[in-house]
Amino acid sequence: MDFKRQEAPFALPSNDVAKVMLHVLLALVPATLAYVWYFGPGILLNMIIAAVFCVAGEAAMLSLRKRPIEATLRDFSVLVTAALIAFAMPALTPWWVTATAALFGTVVAKHLYGGLGFNIFNPAMAGYVVVLVAFPLHMNLWTAPRMGDLDYHFMTIFETARYTLTGTFPDYLSFDAISRATPLDTVKSGLVAMSTFQELQANPMMGDFGGRGWEWIGNFTAIGGGWLLLRKVIRWHIPLGVFAGLLVPTTIMYILQPGIHPAPGFYLFSGGTILCAFFIATDPVSAATSPKGRIVYGLGIGFLIYAIRRWGSYADGVAFAVLLMNMATPAIDYLTRPHIVGHTKPDA
Amino acid sequence: MSAPTFDLGKLHGGLRLEGRKAASTALEVQVLPVPSQLILPLTQHVGDQANPIVGIGEKVLKGQMIAKTDGSLSAPLHAPSSGQVVAIERWPVSRRYGEPAPCIVIECDGEDNAVDLSASIVDYKPLSPDELLAQILRGGIVGLGGAVFPTAQKLMQAITAPLEYLILNGVECEPYISCDDMLMREHADDVLQGALILMHALQVDKCYVAIESDKPEALSKMSEALSVIDDARLVLKLVPTIYPSGGEDQLVQLVTNREVPSGGLPTDVACVVQNVGTSAAIYRWINHGKPLISRITTISGDGIAQPMNVSAPFGTTIADIVKFAGGYTDRADQLIIGGQMTGKSVTTDDVPLVKATNSILVLSELHAPGEELPCIRCGECAAVCPIQLQPQQLFWYACADNEKQLREHGLIDCIECGCCDLVCPSHIPLTADFRTAKGRIRELADEKARAERARARFESRNERLEMEKQNRDDELQSQKQAVKKTGPQAIQDILDRTNKDKED
Repeated sequence: MDFKRQEAPFALPSNDVAKVMLHVLLALVPATLAYVWYFGPGILLNMIIAAVFCVAGEAAMLSLRKRPIEATLRDFSVLVTAALIAFAMPALTPWWVTATAALFGTVVAKHLYGGLGFNIFNPAMAGYVVVLVAFPLHMNLWTAPRMGDLDYHFMTIFETARYTLTGTFPDYLSFDAISRATPLDTVKSGLVAMSTFQELQANPMMGDFGGRGWEWIGNFTAIGGGWLLLRKVIRWHIPLGVFAGLLVPTTIMYILQPGIHPAPGFYLFSGGTILCAFFIATDPVSAATSPKGRIVYGLGIGFLIYAIRRWGSYADGVAFAVLLMNMATPAIDYLTRPHIVGHTKPDA
Repeated sequence: MSAPTFDLGKLHGGLRLEGRKAASTALEVQVLPVPSQLILPLTQHVGDQANPIVGIGEKVLKGQMIAKTDGSLSAPLHAPSSGQVVAIERWPVSRRYGEPAPCIVIECDGEDNAVDLSASIVDYKPLSPDELLAQILRGGIVGLGGAVFPTAQKLMQAITAPLEYLILNGVECEPYISCDDMLMREHADDVLQGALILMHALQVDKCYVAIESDKPEALSKMSEALSVIDDARLVLKLVPTIYPSGGEDQLVQLVTNREVPSGGLPTDVACVVQNVGTSAAIYRWINHGKPLISRITTISGDGIAQPMNVSAPFGTTIADIVKFAGGYTDRADQLIIGGQMTGKSVTTDDVPLVKATNSILVLSELHAPGEELPCIRCGECAAVCPIQLQPQQLFWYACADNEKQLREHGLIDCIECGCCDLVCPSHIPLTADFRTAKGRIRELADEKARAERARARFESRNERLEMEKQNRDDELQSQKQAVKKTGPQAIQDILDRTNKDKED
């Protein structure tokens, strides 16, 4: 009897990229629900818009690059990018801002660098940073979160959609009536205005750690992140690095001068820290690749988040921290190569 | 019963693979009847082909040597049964994936008459290691774990180094394969007696017998046999069921916590590893005068009607063994000689059973899990690599043909165990790619060596020409000098001669 020639190993891989990406998307569900609860259905619209433009951008680039379109879209990596972009946007964001971020992320940051696996920069963060720099006005308009805030107003999905698509509010509402500085902004400007962190913290809107609403979104994000760790979709090195890189310097500073430095818990639960640690920094393509390298990479991101929030002009620093460490990735990889078995004389 | 010990070194990564050994261990080892024809490849070992010492038409007896070594790295062959040599010709072999190689073909007479080898039975204890190794060489014994390195030569190399441990490898970590398991269950004493001979040859006084934790029955039989022998120098070691803990260097690392240096051998860390099957074969040859003419092999997979272990003479075709095992099922799509992770797929079942054949797998077609996608650098491959390589980086450099980085990242240290393939979410055939890249590096090294030789030739030619020129110049110079020196005198001579002529 005759048989075909094949190469060892004669077994099938158990994992696949699409499965990894679907896990990530699923892990974002708790955070999304929390987001909707506190800030209204805007994030869902942002997700849809980001997804449409990300898929369109990727499909266009694939056809220009003469690559298989359907098979590539089916790896779902572009939907993860879209979801992360939507998370970075304020709940009320005009559609063209989200679309710009989505197109820049996929077309420039992803495909001009060679597509999945070859992009140096995290596409979602690259897209977000472009609109953050280009449209600062729209990117700083956050609404008040639900629960205990007098300015909170529930906008229906239709009202939200109308704003997103046309930029107009219902007649009885104005932006000023429902907008609210984020806790990060409040603390930053408060400290500049010579208030102590404890005075600022006394405001009930600040919640227990990182602001009402925000800290609960953080918790739900961490649930998804923990699930990814359990399923071994991500490994612990990067999240630990990010937390350590952020919490070590902030704890030291807080112990030394508690008045003029926010508490470490505030850094942890405000802004995008937790989302970054579990979902953004862990993008394997643009991250360092060895276990030791990933700890270094995470530490760098954590420290840069602190540095930017402390000394930079932006309230949050997640996106910049990630992009800066993306640049350092090749060097980190080179310097943190693991010991190859048999390569140094063992102690016999 | 002697209790096994558990203190082990660390092995990085590895995979917990589904064992799939229950099907082939349900029956005892079945003895295959001698077929009508035996096909014996001249190369059943690492090294040079053995030289036939029988002619076509010659009658041979079971156990008679039919091909010998001529001093190089090689191993002799013996006739597995009695009969007549009918051809020495090329026949498909598994070593070449089903392509032909030179073989001796014996038409069996069915008598199974054995040559009298009682003279070769020796008491090994008074023998010096060298004498004992020379005797082992004549038994045609090679490493039966699959690597088929001629055992005598391996031991000869080993005794030149300071040694501490003999390690018997009964780990058999690949899925499906259970021939060593069955050997230990049924012939535990042979294995341990072989270990005693090996320890004498190597002059070591510690032997670890490593058995994987998924073989409780083999372990208990070995413990029993060990308590009968009652030799404190032999120690059983239970090794966790993690692939590839049965790799030679990996086992050394597990058992002794020593890393075999890159490009080196276990002897560099004072260890010698022998497969349990090899050990039993040595015992049978030294103590009973039975050369290596048959082996236990596992026949299994969803393409086989009745998976089992068979003891069959070398030269039996795979087709005959399959027939004995109930034939193919309708799921028989690929034939693999060796294990699922590192075996070779062959194109035809006409290939004969050889010393290396520890397993015959017939599996259903693997349905490709979709397109190969770009590497997303998730690092799962690095997490399972037993050598702690970074396949994601190697893959990158292999694509770029970056030889320097491939060397620096340890491509040549890759043992091609296949773990990385199985965890890759992008379905990249990493092991196959690395095999190709290694070949390419070897090619480059050869090219470099050729270029180096050419350069040396060119330089020596230039040197020679330069020297010849120098010699010519020197000669010319010396002639000139001579002329200069003798010049005035010569002129005077000529003048004198002319004057003389005038005078005349």
